[in-house]
Amino acid sequence: MTLTAMKVFEEWRGKSLDDALLECRDQVEAAEFDTVRRWREAGGKVVGHFQVYFPEEIVHAAGMLPFKVRGAPVEPNKADSHFGSYLCSILKTSLELALSDVVEMEMFVSHPICDAARNLAAIWGRNVDYPCQILYLPQNPNSAGSIEYLRHEYDRMRRMAEEVSGREITDDDLRGSIEVFNVNRRLLRELYDIKRETPWLIAAEDAYALVSLAGMIPREEHNELLAELLPKIRQRTTKQEDRVRIVFEGAFCEQPPFDLVRMLGRTSYVVDDDFHIGMRWITEDVPTEGDPLRNLAEAYTEHSSYSPVQHDLRKPKEEMLKARMARAGADAAILAAAKMCEPGLEEQVTYTHALDAAGIAYFVSEFEENMTSFEQLEMQVETFIENLLFA
Amino acid sequence: MTTTEAPQDLVGRGNREGAALFRDWFAEIDETARTGGQSAYVFVMGSLNEILKTFDLPVIFPEINSLQTAVRRVAHEYLEEAEDHGYSPDVCGYVKADVGTQIRGGEHPMGQIPRPSLSVLTNACNTYIKWAEIWERMYETPTFTIDIPGTRQAGTQTWQGNSDFEADRKYVETQVRELITLCEEITGKKFDIDKFRQVLTYTNTMSRSWKQLLDLNKSKPSLFNALTDATIYLGVANGFRGTEAGASYFERLVEEMEYKAARGIGQAIEEKYRLLFVGVPCYPIFRRFNELFTDWGGQFVNSTYLWFASGGSNRGFEYDLADPVASLAEGVLISVRDAMDAMFHQNEVLVEMAEDFDIDGVIYHPIKSCRTVSTGLADGRRHFTEETGISSLFIESDMMDRRVVSEAQMKNRIDAFFEGLASRRLAAGVQG
Repeated sequence: MTLTAMKVFEEWRGKSLDDALLECRDQVEAAEFDTVRRWREAGGKVVGHFQVYFPEEIVHAAGMLPFKVRGAPVEPNKADSHFGSYLCSILKTSLELALSDVVEMEMFVSHPICDAARNLAAIWGRNVDYPCQILYLPQNPNSAGSIEYLRHEYDRMRRMAEEVSGREITDDDLRGSIEVFNVNRRLLRELYDIKRETPWLIAAEDAYALVSLAGMIPREEHNELLAELLPKIRQRTTKQEDRVRIVFEGAFCEQPPFDLVRMLGRTSYVVDDDFHIGMRWITEDVPTEGDPLRNLAEAYTEHSSYSPVQHDLRKPKEEMLKARMARAGADAAILAAAKMCEPGLEEQVTYTHALDAAGIAYFVSEFEENMTSFEQLEMQVETFIENLLFA
Repeated sequence: MTTTEAPQDLVGRGNREGAALFRDWFAEIDETARTGGQSAYVFVMGSLNEILKTFDLPVIFPEINSLQTAVRRVAHEYLEEAEDHGYSPDVCGYVKADVGTQIRGGEHPMGQIPRPSLSVLTNACNTYIKWAEIWERMYETPTFTIDIPGTRQAGTQTWQGNSDFEADRKYVETQVRELITLCEEITGKKFDIDKFRQVLTYTNTMSRSWKQLLDLNKSKPSLFNALTDATIYLGVANGFRGTEAGASYFERLVEEMEYKAARGIGQAIEEKYRLLFVGVPCYPIFRRFNELFTDWGGQFVNSTYLWFASGGSNRGFEYDLADPVASLAEGVLISVRDAMDAMFHQNEVLVEMAEDFDIDGVIYHPIKSCRTVSTGLADGRRHFTEETGISSLFIESDMMDRRVVSEAQMKNRIDAFFEGLASRRLAAGVQG
């Protein structure tokens, strides 16, 4: 059996839609990353890549599993002493996964997305014995030189992946991987179409779990999962309720606790969001003809979403948020930021001022992946939503 | 350069002249604000002064403006204004002091700060990017990010001739040329390549001198305090980069230090312990913070701050005037990358410094405001101590926000650190 044919997440198969979604939630919520362990036990290699975006196709083309390092709701018992104060949780819990061998890998890649995370590869590299690389995605995508530069950076990553996997990566390998990911991108777009058009058909936490799984299992397997479940979701007969339609903004890196997503889903329809936006970064199919690395580089800069950690003169974040809200027909926004997340906190100011000017309702909040108590937050959100419903 | 000044005038000259230049600089900034002239907002890690000075654009360093509010003990007023505007207490204090300054219409203790006609930043600090976005929104200021790819993994820097280096260099050069075009549009002036060469000549002198200056402090006793005196030098190095005044200042400063080194003239306080400083100074109690160390005879002889906050001038990179634009791109790439290494991969640097400067201890000072500099320090310290066995102290505070600066707590820990150093000396049978 080849590795790509190997299945690491079988629990959902042959079950009803509700039970299959329950398995998906359990897998995501457990934060034990059994799927990655199973992949390794079968002899597979793993490349961990930190938030936000990573060209997973390159690692996939080498026959390795790209694993989205997204922190976890765990206590950073081993990692804590490697950090000072005033830092977000995801840095610590991500390192914890590595130091405690919950997730074993052959290479780790991070990106200079923020002042804190750009330190991560160096810290990680001092404490593990596998390569810990920084991928310098262009911070000046408006420069005429950015795509060619990124193409070279991706080629460097290809060479690294070849070294780690012990396998040559041809252009055809890359094209094959791009095709797999194009299918995945289409399916994820379809999932978000459902959220926007008929949010009563899928609970917020179920949609979240389906996206989150993309970074934990082989993409072929994720494609099978979505291809089977999405039509079933569309066939549901759930009745529409009179709920406020909200967009959740602020989860581009550290992820909110699962229960927080669940709580939001109980009180509103989450019609769009930036949960794991890196896995949905490229918004169109990537061409498979021509130079695959150049195509990937071009897609990153030219056909992509937005986040507070990418500066692009063509993508003022507040305008992008308003466009996201308009496209989803949202009534209001939840403007969240992970605790100590500087870019998120800075963007909140921009968003609030822009939404004030546009007369759009919003609720500002902070979260931490380790939060366990939501009573007060739930009461605040409910009050906010009631104000909208009965205004 | 030689001088005819009497020896008594030579010692301390750098501090006097630096302070005077600093006043002149802010007078120019004030004049620019009052006359509505153009200016460029830039940052210390890759200011691209070489381009901006060629276009006669006065440069404003918001980082320096902000730290001045802390040194002058009014930072809290500015921070509170920014927090009232919506900025979290967890956002960088430099950013918030600047937001406060902008909300006040440029009112600042050193003079009036003009609005930016252009902002130029590198990615050496991500907050630079978020910061410039604020001016974009406030004033629709054109923003130019010079994206400098850094070291991809500790110890794997590439150099001229390597295809990865050449790809980085080409990307930076493309951006430098785009910046020149933008400056032409904003100022209405044509780029003057001869003037540019002259600016580069001055920068070459400054970079060469900066490296010499840092090397000279290997002298025993050390010649200048790498925390306090050197902050004056840093201000001149940034504000006057690429100017005749800056070049002359540093030549004279090197002359002063060579004079002191030749005669064994150290600092005012007897040097008992030679220290390295890692991080950013505690500006809210700037003098007092230093005294907590000098009271024990501890002298800072070098710091990572002098590396990264000089934009990597410590490398002493000198531009090739025969191919000035390409050489600027290469110099910016190498120097800013080095500045980033001084923050993210500083252990290699520190091990070298510790040996070259015969260090007794290392002071790590992570700060709440700056995650760029601070995030890796706890882990870096663990590994540095394991590797060298050199004593170190880890104290957290802030560069701006006095709410998180606890002088009494710091003093307790610093006193204990020196007591430990003294005990180690005694145990080793070394004269203290």
